[in-house]
Amino acid sequence: MSSKNPVRTAPHFVAEVDDSLGAVDAVKVSEKKSNLWLDAWRDLRKRPMFWISSVMIVFIIIVAIFPGLFTAEPPNSSCYLSVDPDRAENPLASSNGAPVAGHPLGFTKQGCDIFSRIVHGTATSLSVGLIASAIVAFMGVVMGGLAGFFGGWIDSLLMRLGDIFFAIPYILAAVVVMSVFSAYRSVPIIALAIGAFAWPSTARILRSEVLRIKQSDFVMASTALGVSKLKTLARHVLPNSIAPVIVVTTISLAASITAEATLSFLGVGLPSSIMSWGNDISAAQTDLRTNPSTLIYPSIALSVTVLAFIMLGESLREALDPRARALR
Amino acid sequence: MSTIPGTPLLEIKNLEVGFQTADGIVPAVRGISFDVFPGETVAIVGESGSGKSTTAHAIINLLPGTGRVTGGQVLFEGRDLTTLKTAEIESVRGRLIGLVPQDPMQSLNPVWNIGFQVEEAIRANGVATDRREVKKRAIQVLKEAGLQDADRRLRQYPHQFSGGMRQRVLIGIGLSADPKLLIADEPTSALDVTVQRRILDHLETLTSQKNTAVIFITHDLGLAAERAENIVVMHRGKIVESGPAIQILKDPKHPYTQRLVAAAPSLASKRIQSAARGEKLVPVVEGEDAVVDLTRAAERVHATTEDASHSAIEFRDATKVFKIRTGSFRSTDFTAVDKISFSVPRGSTMALVGESGSGKSTAAKMMLGLEKLTSGTILVEGEDVAKMNRAELFALRRRMQPVFQDPYGSLDPLHNIGNTIAEPLIIHKVGDSEARKRRVLEVLEQVSLPPELATRYPNELSGGQRQRVAIARAIALKPDILVLDEAVSALDVLVQAQVLNLLADLQAELGLTYLFITHDLAVVRVIADHVCVMEKGRIVEASTVDEVFDNPREEYTRELLDAIPGAKIDLAH
Repeated sequence: MSSKNPVRTAPHFVAEVDDSLGAVDAVKVSEKKSNLWLDAWRDLRKRPMFWISSVMIVFIIIVAIFPGLFTAEPPNSSCYLSVDPDRAENPLASSNGAPVAGHPLGFTKQGCDIFSRIVHGTATSLSVGLIASAIVAFMGVVMGGLAGFFGGWIDSLLMRLGDIFFAIPYILAAVVVMSVFSAYRSVPIIALAIGAFAWPSTARILRSEVLRIKQSDFVMASTALGVSKLKTLARHVLPNSIAPVIVVTTISLAASITAEATLSFLGVGLPSSIMSWGNDISAAQTDLRTNPSTLIYPSIALSVTVLAFIMLGESLREALDPRARALR
Repeated sequence: MSTIPGTPLLEIKNLEVGFQTADGIVPAVRGISFDVFPGETVAIVGESGSGKSTTAHAIINLLPGTGRVTGGQVLFEGRDLTTLKTAEIESVRGRLIGLVPQDPMQSLNPVWNIGFQVEEAIRANGVATDRREVKKRAIQVLKEAGLQDADRRLRQYPHQFSGGMRQRVLIGIGLSADPKLLIADEPTSALDVTVQRRILDHLETLTSQKNTAVIFITHDLGLAAERAENIVVMHRGKIVESGPAIQILKDPKHPYTQRLVAAAPSLASKRIQSAARGEKLVPVVEGEDAVVDLTRAAERVHATTEDASHSAIEFRDATKVFKIRTGSFRSTDFTAVDKISFSVPRGSTMALVGESGSGKSTAAKMMLGLEKLTSGTILVEGEDVAKMNRAELFALRRRMQPVFQDPYGSLDPLHNIGNTIAEPLIIHKVGDSEARKRRVLEVLEQVSLPPELATRYPNELSGGQRQRVAIARAIALKPDILVLDEAVSALDVLVQAQVLNLLADLQAELGLTYLFITHDLAVVRVIADHVCVMEKGRIVEASTVDEVFDNPREEYTRELLDAIPGAKIDLAH
């Protein structure tokens, strides 16, 4: 600093030595263990939204597995659809009927108990959602993981394949598939039709995560250790990149349930012999003005279920996303 | 000048800054006071987390969202800046107090050209308003910042500029309104040492011409002493020592400052002597035997062929050419490593030194089998790495382990420390699970970490501790060779010294051979026996460390040595 002309000689100040000066880089072992998943769980536990959605989902699952616990009425007992010729009662007498004791939500045009149909339709909607989102997650992880990790022509091939599927709106694609295979309409087929066209977005999310994690030094260190490529992918890369996929999967579960309802409403979904909320909503369109409850109650069941999964996905996202956590 | 000489330009009085968190306010700066006089340079020195950047941001009210001043005053020409309204502080920023930010790569907006960004600053500071005037001033600013053909440069975009040129632009922007005070927050930490030197020289010339006061924030004590008259040493949000730079360096009073001075590699002059280091291996400067030993080792660097069995690592004309895609189907060749040859005797440390882009890391990766050689050979323990089949390479990996730069990326966050260290043992099927557990505890002890850590996860550890875990993982298999790729570059100086000491101890204890990749010549001096200076993929100078430091033959090496911050400060009285 020769060119500068200092105006003063600063006083030499020395702070008092206190005990804050510990050993260099002393190890502090904290009370609690901590890693991404433990931290996320601790965070989740504090979220009311997580608990509300979890309780709702557990309840929905119980309804789906044990419908008999919630309604004594067999689903089609009083319906014209399955009228028992020996029965004295005329089912059409209660067509579009108002709620009476034992039938809290009233009756459909066919004289079916709305409440019973909703309870028994839960299993269908839920299993379509679960199967479809399982397909989406599996395809997404396999395609996205391989594309991101191996790169090169594998990446180009898989991602262009994904683009082809991505370019077709999956509802439109499912409509086409279901119309072509109209003879085989069933829960697994409709789930497959939805899942087969919804995976590219999951694959893209995973691919970008894998690309990021792949650059980490710990991945290079494991390669230098002699860990094979596939093992590195399975042990180090995938576990570190799976968090956003879990979030997207819960949301895609909700979307699949809606998709089934949409397809059934359009008449290309499940056959009317299978009880589902989508079929009920579809059947209600003729009586919308005379008996709106045939539309409203299945719709509420559908919305509440979808809402529960979206809430779960949202709280998972906030717990797992370090950026969202840093903001608090 | 409006300030009367003799009164401080900036007075910081008992400044306290805290960050709002879920658990209440966490203090970051805890009651600090210092003055800056017109025209002088004050350096704030501290490790990461010491509150040095927070202090700088508090001065111009640029604290991030959750931070706020919780006490004290920042008096600038007698006005308390902490109480000013937004509009008022905006008229202070830029016009009276300029800022040169830390990272030149991220501080310029990539979608606007350089001219736009310089002109924006000029207009915002009210230096000029007329379009032609603004442009004229922008060209002048860039010329002052040391950019040639500034009028053409104005139309270019940040990606067309190198890191050093971007930092020049940022300095130009910081000084565009002729502020009375310039805050430079680690302005050259991301740049190569030679570039750093040129930029700081230029900054010094500019500020002394204009009599601008400078607050210079850095983690490097040597750099601070070289660039500032007065130093403020911060530790955990408090000032532990302040005063004239040379005085503090020569005679540090506070134990923390003493530690810092002792740990600064740029001020050290000798290789670390491990207490455990055996007679044979001592490469001391004094002591005749050792010197002879070193000379012989140095000869081996050049006489490669006959002596191959004695060296742990040998590079023979190793070359790596990358294909760089220039268009859809065209590509040009880029020679990252150009026919380098050297050999490393067993049990010694070879440093590959060079600035970014010199090919030093690529050389290490080729040796580790992470990149393929284009031509030439690399022999490890006499075996050709390129000719190995899978099984042989797998067997070799057991004897050769890497430690990488980034302490936050080198450990899998989802594996606990014990599993991380045990992974190499499992992969190479060493011992049963009991034996592995014992080995994990053994290496944890060797890197001086407590055994409880085995069940813990990396995010509980500091950078230095993570790096020690990475070293533990590397030595778990009892390898012969460690490749240390910038392994201490990201660490704070005290922690860096600790890890370097650990490495020296381990080398003496286990007879390890190190290939030490670094950009920092100062570190080379304390850890290495031999050094190869690399520039643009070639080795420009290869010799023993003492030879290179005392008697550099190449101009480039001399330039690198001169650029070591604080190298010219004579600490001897």
